Amino acid sequence: MQTASAPALKAEARNFNFFYGDVQALKNINMPIHDKKVTALIGPSGCGKSTYLRSFNRMHDLYPGNRYEGEIRFYPDNTNLLAPGVDPIEVRMRVGMVFQKPNPFPKSVFENVAYGLRVRGEKNRRALDDKVEAALKGAAIWDEVKDRLQDLATNLSGGQQQRLCIARALATDPELLLFDEPTSALDPIATGAIEELVHELKQRVTILIVTHNMQQAARVSDYTAYMYLGEMIEFGKTDDIFIKPQDKRTEDYITGRMG
Amino acid sequence: MSSENAGFDPARIRALIARGKLKDALFSALGILCLGIGLLVIFALVADMAVKGAERFNLGFFLNFASRRATQAGILSAWVGSLLVMLVTAMTAVPLGVAAGLYLEEYARRNWITEVIEINITNLAAVPSIVYGLLALGIFVYAFGFGQSILSAGLTLALLILPIVIVATREAIRAIPAMIREGSMAVGATRWQTCRYHIVPYAMPGILTGVIIGLARAIGETAPIITIGALTFIAFLPPVPFSELADGTRAGLFDWVMSPFTVMPIQIFNWTSRPDPAFEVNAAAAGFVLMVMVLTMNAIAIWLRYRLRKNIKW
Amino acid sequence: MNAYAMSASPPGGAPVVSDRLARNAMRHASERVIETLLFAAAAVSVLTTVGIVYVLVSESIHFFQNVSIVDFLTDTQWTPLFDDAHFGIMVLISGTLVSSAVALAVAIPMGTVIAIYLSEFANPKVREVAKPILELLGGIPTIVFGYFALLIVTPLLQKIFPELPGFSLLSAGLVMGIMIVPYVASLSEDAMRAVPMSLREGAYAMGSTRLYTALHVVVPAAFSGLAASYILGISRAVGETMILAVAAGMQPNLTWNPMEPAATITSYIVQVALGDLPHGSIGYQTIFAAGLTLLLITLLFNILGQWLRRRFRENY
Repeated sequence: MQTASAPALKAEARNFNFFYGDVQALKNINMPIHDKKVTALIGPSGCGKSTYLRSFNRMHDLYPGNRYEGEIRFYPDNTNLLAPGVDPIEVRMRVGMVFQKPNPFPKSVFENVAYGLRVRGEKNRRALDDKVEAALKGAAIWDEVKDRLQDLATNLSGGQQQRLCIARALATDPELLLFDEPTSALDPIATGAIEELVHELKQRVTILIVTHNMQQAARVSDYTAYMYLGEMIEFGKTDDIFIKPQDKRTEDYITGRMG
Repeated sequence: MSSENAGFDPARIRALIARGKLKDALFSALGILCLGIGLLVIFALVADMAVKGAERFNLGFFLNFASRRATQAGILSAWVGSLLVMLVTAMTAVPLGVAAGLYLEEYARRNWITEVIEINITNLAAVPSIVYGLLALGIFVYAFGFGQSILSAGLTLALLILPIVIVATREAIRAIPAMIREGSMAVGATRWQTCRYHIVPYAMPGILTGVIIGLARAIGETAPIITIGALTFIAFLPPVPFSELADGTRAGLFDWVMSPFTVMPIQIFNWTSRPDPAFEVNAAAAGFVLMVMVLTMNAIAIWLRYRLRKNIKW
Repeated sequence: MNAYAMSASPPGGAPVVSDRLARNAMRHASERVIETLLFAAAAVSVLTTVGIVYVLVSESIHFFQNVSIVDFLTDTQWTPLFDDAHFGIMVLISGTLVSSAVALAVAIPMGTVIAIYLSEFANPKVREVAKPILELLGGIPTIVFGYFALLIVTPLLQKIFPELPGFSLLSAGLVMGIMIVPYVASLSEDAMRAVPMSLREGAYAMGSTRLYTALHVVVPAAFSGLAASYILGISRAVGETMILAVAAGMQPNLTWNPMEPAATITSYIVQVALGDLPHGSIGYQTIFAAGLTLLLITLLFNILGQWLRRRFRENY
């Protein structure tokens, strides 16, 4: 039940700018991410929605020349994820990510899901077994793979691989889960399964999802942000954005006049 | 809703990350160390030979034949031999390699013959060079009767570097976009005209890079040339075309290819194997000359390729 | 092929067409000739292989008419030029394997570390400088490495191991290892850089460090390429000649101890070729039998490599 009083925040962008070298890709973004809700980022390609998403787990730190400005506050401890003193690895341990194309590691199904646990130093076999099973169940793929945990993950179908990647991210109990167009490489049936999963997952984790598909945003999200040319044009409850957008540009995009 | 993230214990995670980063730093240091060893070896080699061989670096060293006395022994027959062998090698390997590369990229149909040729080229690259020497000993020296000549050596090394030239040619051709071919064919050029006036000229820098790397490899090769039985003590030069010979007749244009010879690496091997340490100085000096030749060729090739990568704008 | 004929016959007066057709036929014929010539050039590489196999096998057949294969494989002495001739190839194989093992013990770890460092750690500027330096190292003539092994490395090693003789498999093997490092490093690095960025991003997004990502995700993903680079390294080591001929001594010695001098298959061939053996003598034939053995060993490792690559073919 959504209460009228301001819901708890999981994260919040404040005056956030991002630069690829000298090119400013994101301009002065201010936006809340509500706890245990699904927030969708929509907009035409090149609008910066993926760039924005990848700032939440400091993915841009992997490549030279990228620069953040402003803050992304993370609650409840009110840390600025972008602060120079904050280690990107620590950020990534709290923020999980699922990518556009399924990217299982060339290891067994089990080892894929156990990967994050091993990174965190988990060596106890029982604990690993339990957590892997729980994560696979959480990603609604346990029944399909429980008899082939030792098979190579790359032999699964595309939809299964993507759910495995979700399980991999869930296994370490992230506080925020980023989805970067998770269904763009999948067929409609696999897409439906992922969407249903996203819907269930918000019981336990806050979700930020980039999608190129407005119907998908409308189906899965509680909040939606429309981005255009590196700016956040409009943010609000999904129903409001799709039914009565405030900004002309949002309306044009949603009604298909642009994009 | 309590935070389910009981697993996130900042102190433990931070200690874990610190340990991981320490390992990263240690590995980086190890990587730099390994690279440093490689660099050190090149430097040590060049410096050692330059210092040890310094007393031999005078004109006489380049203009004297090998001799029993270390101080008078020079590399005249060796560098002339290396140059002539390279000439034969280049004249054989370049046309053959470019033609084979052209055939495989522009003409060959996808069938089992093409497949056999391709697999064969890959496998030839892994055949030890001394095996080419045995091939040459059996075929060029005895079956064809070329003897222990510049021709035998040049052909042997040509076969040895053929895979390098073919692979470089194919890579260079593959980098040429299809529109060049289509443009040429569209105005009625035949396949060969397209190759001759478009493909080969555009691929030339890439081919040249491969040829130089191949020749740099060939000029340092010792084993196959020893195997065909090249002499190590040669106190004469191959006959200059049309010069007067000892018996009063005149040398033909190509008499030199049948001449006995020696090359730089064999001269170095010979001097290195002598017990008299005075010859170590000669070996060092000759080694330095050979290193300079090879490193220069490689550096030119690397530079060419670097230029090439920067200038690709179709 | 027919595209040419069509492209050059536009509508026009009858004489012009026949003239063009005539020229076209000429062009067609010369095209066929050129294609045949180019094919012949491509076929040279196949002829080379056929020639290698023919020469080695035919001379070896003569050899094995005089020496039994059982003796060849089991005899523990190699004295083909003595009156009491023995032809135990194991003597030469032991030298080849020991020196190769020493070389690979240097080349595989060093090459892999350099490859991982360049592909996963170094910034692009370092990589751009380091790769050409490695190529230069790989281009140094092996005779120069032989000089290096005999006159620089051996004296250095003798300071650590005073009992080390002037010629040893250890010294030659170590330098061979340095020689092979660039091949292993360069091919391994290519294989690792071919691993898609999305896999690395997946690993980093889970909070892995660079080394953890490299060892647990990139290396397994690039495994078949790494295997190929190791196999090439083995081929180089087994086939290397001059370093051994210069620095390992050439006396046949059945040993598994790298501190001793010993002949290898390749250095034996060099030793025989340096003398003046009559064509057709048993001594002449031994080098072909030795060469065939060498080729078979190389082939064995390459088949193993092919199998490894197929077994671990990456499907990203």
